[in-house]
Amino acid sequence: MQNELSAIEKTVLTDYKYGFVTEIEADEAPPGLNEDTIRFISAKKNEPEWMLEWRLKAYNHWLKMSEPTWANIKYEKINYQDIIYYSAPKQKKKVNSLDEIDPELRKTFEKLGISLDEQKRLSGVAIDAVIDSVSIGTTFKEQLGELGIIFCSISEAIQEHPELVKKYIGSVVPITDNYFSALNSAVFSDGSFCYIPKGVRCPMELSTYFRINAEGTGQFERTLLIADEGSYVSYLEGCTAPIRDENQLHAAVVELIAMENAEIKYSTVQNWYPGDKDGVGGIYNFVTKRGICQGAHAKISWTQVETGSSITWKYPSVILKGDYSVGEFYSVAVTNNHQQADTGTKMMHLGKNTRSRIVSKGISAGVSNNSYRGLVHVGKNAANARNFSQCDSLLLGDKCGAHTFPYIEVKNNTAVVEHEATTSKIGEDQIFYCNQRGIDTETAVALIINGFAKEVMNQLPMEFAVEAQKLLAISLEGSVG
Amino acid sequence: MNNLEYIKERFNQLPSVNDLNGLGVIRQKAFEALNKMGIPTTRHEEWKYTRIGSFFNKEYKYTEAQHALTAADLAPVRLPGYEQANELFYINGRYAPELSVVRSKGLTVQPLQEAARNEYKDIVSKHLGHSSNYLKDGIIALNTAFVQDGVFVYVKKGQIVEHPVYIYNITDARQANILAQPRTLVYVGENAQVKFAETFNTLGTQESFTNRVIEIVVEKDAITEYYKIQTDASHASQVATTHIQQIGKSYTHTVTVSLNAGLVRNNLNIVLDEQYCEAHLYGIYLQQGNSHIDNHTVVDHAKPHCESNELYKGMLDDQSTGVFNGKIFVRQDAQKTNAYQSNKNVLLSEGASVNTKPQLEIFADDVKCSHGCTIGRLDEESLFYLRSRGISERTAKSLLLHGFAVDILEQIKIAPIREYVDNLISERLEFDIA
Repeated sequence: MQNELSAIEKTVLTDYKYGFVTEIEADEAPPGLNEDTIRFISAKKNEPEWMLEWRLKAYNHWLKMSEPTWANIKYEKINYQDIIYYSAPKQKKKVNSLDEIDPELRKTFEKLGISLDEQKRLSGVAIDAVIDSVSIGTTFKEQLGELGIIFCSISEAIQEHPELVKKYIGSVVPITDNYFSALNSAVFSDGSFCYIPKGVRCPMELSTYFRINAEGTGQFERTLLIADEGSYVSYLEGCTAPIRDENQLHAAVVELIAMENAEIKYSTVQNWYPGDKDGVGGIYNFVTKRGICQGAHAKISWTQVETGSSITWKYPSVILKGDYSVGEFYSVAVTNNHQQADTGTKMMHLGKNTRSRIVSKGISAGVSNNSYRGLVHVGKNAANARNFSQCDSLLLGDKCGAHTFPYIEVKNNTAVVEHEATTSKIGEDQIFYCNQRGIDTETAVALIINGFAKEVMNQLPMEFAVEAQKLLAISLEGSVG
Repeated sequence: MNNLEYIKERFNQLPSVNDLNGLGVIRQKAFEALNKMGIPTTRHEEWKYTRIGSFFNKEYKYTEAQHALTAADLAPVRLPGYEQANELFYINGRYAPELSVVRSKGLTVQPLQEAARNEYKDIVSKHLGHSSNYLKDGIIALNTAFVQDGVFVYVKKGQIVEHPVYIYNITDARQANILAQPRTLVYVGENAQVKFAETFNTLGTQESFTNRVIEIVVEKDAITEYYKIQTDASHASQVATTHIQQIGKSYTHTVTVSLNAGLVRNNLNIVLDEQYCEAHLYGIYLQQGNSHIDNHTVVDHAKPHCESNELYKGMLDDQSTGVFNGKIFVRQDAQKTNAYQSNKNVLLSEGASVNTKPQLEIFADDVKCSHGCTIGRLDEESLFYLRSRGISERTAKSLLLHGFAVDILEQIKIAPIREYVDNLISERLEFDIA
């Protein structure tokens, strides 16, 4: 047994395979944040006046706020004046088709395994690729356009569909919401926008791919997704960044709006650079994600696989406003080495007969800390609300930590709320059982971890599930023997 | 003048403020801490759902005057089985030795001030105020700043105290609003066994606010049982801190019973500071009217091979609010820990609400920890089952709720006390709630 244990604890450095840097000339704003930076970004994007005003309002509010300290994470103070708030890959002229995109850029995405080429129709996923601050191309646009689906970068949407953007931006995550969302509202440079019209079932997975490339930059993207009555969309999001020994800030905001009978499924595989084994470098990931079930029978489902970032601060939430609406949250968060994750969800039950389900699986290894922080709130009028939450933690090694902070607030006596949580390590008996059947310890551990995360992995769209599973294995390689 | 300023003024008037041999130093330190931290507001994470600020905007008298209680006043508050029990009386937060009786041998009860100077002074200086390591807020500091009228209870090594120790907290609010701050330090020696039961009573119709702290140190192979029974009136509020430190391989068993009152905050901390300790925590709350109950528990697994087991159950009626916050820490050393926690709530009316936060913080890997909590109402099917057998709705409800409560009631191991609590709860279920 002793041998096997040491095999579990053995640590081998795993290479972060997305850690390369692409040499692309970038168009950057000077570092630092003031009103001029915001005007610069807004001017660069040729934005209408109302957008600039909105940004400035957010900025002025942000100045009055202080960085939150309640999360179970430790990091050196971020100097907001050192960050470059705008960086765009330089392009000589406006591109008309994807073929005209800088070949270096295309190579980058090919290396990441993302096809921007429409020939690869087989993969059947429409992608909006965002590098540093700017969206560089969206695929399958025409085909989606035939159905009336709008899928483009948010800058494009501000130009072409200002009425939609104006109506919905900040309606779920107001600029005053929190420190990082206020910052994002002030300086966001790009992101994805998606609108699914009434009764349309989006025929393919929509996907955004985020990539931080340039040095010293922060990435602040904004995603706005609106599913009109009776529509359905499944949306994927992936992220990577090069290896650097500085910490880069990523502060994104995602807003989802589901109207009556609409359904949104939002999946994230987050694999920002997590820092090296001594905790140097890595992305600070401070993200505000929130959806609202505006109408009756609406459904929003968040699925996330969090393996990257040196710090993850992220609570995808659902406001269950419509009667009979449903919120779901499925999460696997893996932390290794010096990573810290404080993640979870908020389910705000406001409408009658609303239901929510939370399944959170935390895996900690090395000297990392992994926290689940969640809130289930049942308001006075949320008759017959139902919630079930389950938070399981798996500890690999004796120097890591697993924490759960579930807040449950119930103000209606017809609600039924259940919460359960467990923390344990991989049982020696489980490993023994596998060994006995000729499975070596390493495979056995991988098998058990996969089983542990299965409930969440099953929720991912097929194209992603395979990749996510591999990612899980890579993130923990070495730490589990 | 607001109450906090009044309290600070009273502090400076205390006779032993400059006494450096006894409790002066610790009191001075606590007073500084109080000035620094102030009274916690809802911005304080541990006080998010409980507001106590209003108690410090009203005038409450902190009295050092001799009490004016007669035997007739005491008769109704006595717990069943008092004839044999050891009885300790605290009047307005001050120990009243002339009313108290110590019957069992091997049990020493002294004013804390004396114990801080005589042969027990090492124990007192070592353990008094340990609770402030766990609760960093002004409310404990406030109690410590006025510690002088506290009590020291010493259970001799190897002594099995056959009869329980009853602690009565009586607040005489017949003339004015009263602030009472009882303080107790208990030391249970090696191989000793002792049981405590504590109650709270407010006389008269004025308001009372009790800020009580008890610290219990449990030595190797000792067994300690503690029953806190709170059945006070709606004009009585309290913050009660119970801090148990298991410094040897030992066993503790606590039951916290909360029935009504105005606002009740129970802090129960258990520190498992040696290998092979065991701690069992049970609690029940049954709230009506506008009452507010807040149970905060901390179980700190500091050493390996310990076990803790926690179960709190609540029934909330009318406009009452309930809070449960259970923390389990498992330190890096504390391998082979087993820690279980469960909180179950039944909401009986539309206006009742509950906020619960079962929290785990785990730094060791070879552990088995779980927590669970549920919030719901009475099961319709069970009610229907009983109704279909000709049982009235009222009786059916009271039967089901009694069944819900019985898990906790049977954990009270002093028979007359169990019966007493059971009657209190049954009566309430039968006449008020169902």
